[in-house]
Amino acid sequence: METINSEIFTLMYGSIVRQLITDLEDITEVNKQLDTMGYNIGVRLIDEFLAKSRTAACTDFRDSTEKVAKVGFRMFLNTTANVTNWNPEGTECSLVLEDNPLTDFVELPEGCSKLKYCNVLCGVIRGALEMVNVQVECDFAKDTLRGDELNEIRLKLISEGTEAYPFKDDD
Amino acid sequence: MVCYNFYIFNRQGTCLCYHEWQRPKSVKQGAGTPSDDQKMMFGLFFSLKTFAAAMDPRTENKAQLGGPLRIGGACTFHSYATNNYKLHFLESPSGIKIILNTSPEIGDLRDHLSTIYGSIYVEYVLKNPVYMPGKPFRCQYFIGALTKYLQDCRLT
Repeated sequence: METINSEIFTLMYGSIVRQLITDLEDITEVNKQLDTMGYNIGVRLIDEFLAKSRTAACTDFRDSTEKVAKVGFRMFLNTTANVTNWNPEGTECSLVLEDNPLTDFVELPEGCSKLKYCNVLCGVIRGALEMVNVQVECDFAKDTLRGDELNEIRLKLISEGTEAYPFKDDD
Repeated sequence: MVCYNFYIFNRQGTCLCYHEWQRPKSVKQGAGTPSDDQKMMFGLFFSLKTFAAAMDPRTENKAQLGGPLRIGGACTFHSYATNNYKLHFLESPSGIKIILNTSPEIGDLRDHLSTIYGSIYVEYVLKNPVYMPGKPFRCQYFIGALTKYLQDCRLT
């Protein structure tokens, strides 16, 4: 698989976020925009992921999150995440990132404390899972940049769809 | 050995791409319009997949005929052959379906179809920044790479 120097990647991502803050002037809007950008990446990235990892269909949500954490993060960010904090129903869990290459060299200035710097990751996960018919909500719950001890992405399963014939009988 | 034509569908039933190398019986003589032809092709493999899953003698809790299928939850078919042609079918968990019609004596093309998916479709189409996912595309580089790949495998 093609790789890119991680420092260039980190700096490029940083300048995108910086530009968004300048353009949109509102931190909530920036968070939203990062999520949308991630979503658009996710709906494309899923096919590359499936093709290169030769992953067969996952059996359940637990299996899907493990694949995201262990194979997906390894493939695209060269890091891995741990899946923890399952709720008893098995519909919510946390991905704890061991290492987050996006935040190397980053410090949040004052006035940006609400910024979810890595919100793009949430969008990617949401978009990619949506393409395999798993609808999730995804939120950056804990962020080392905002003073937490770890990077935690909270995942909440909304629905797991089935495949149905997309056309009506009369068309 | 001959490759006749090639389709890519997505989960919504949109035909993202169609290409024919040789099609002695034209679409006009068959379904009539290209869109009817594509819809019939989609209906063909969708039903075939549902039947294959419903008749599966191995899986417990198998799907009811016509009932909703969990993605990847049911078994699927890889190809079928007639005395005139053979249809090869690949479906990814993301709902992309690749269909290649060849002459009937050609063997198993599953590996070739995954290469077409991973190294040609992903590289030439999905990584193209102006391509909107879910929309049909016409991309001469994609068709070029596909044709070259099939030639290199001595399939056309």
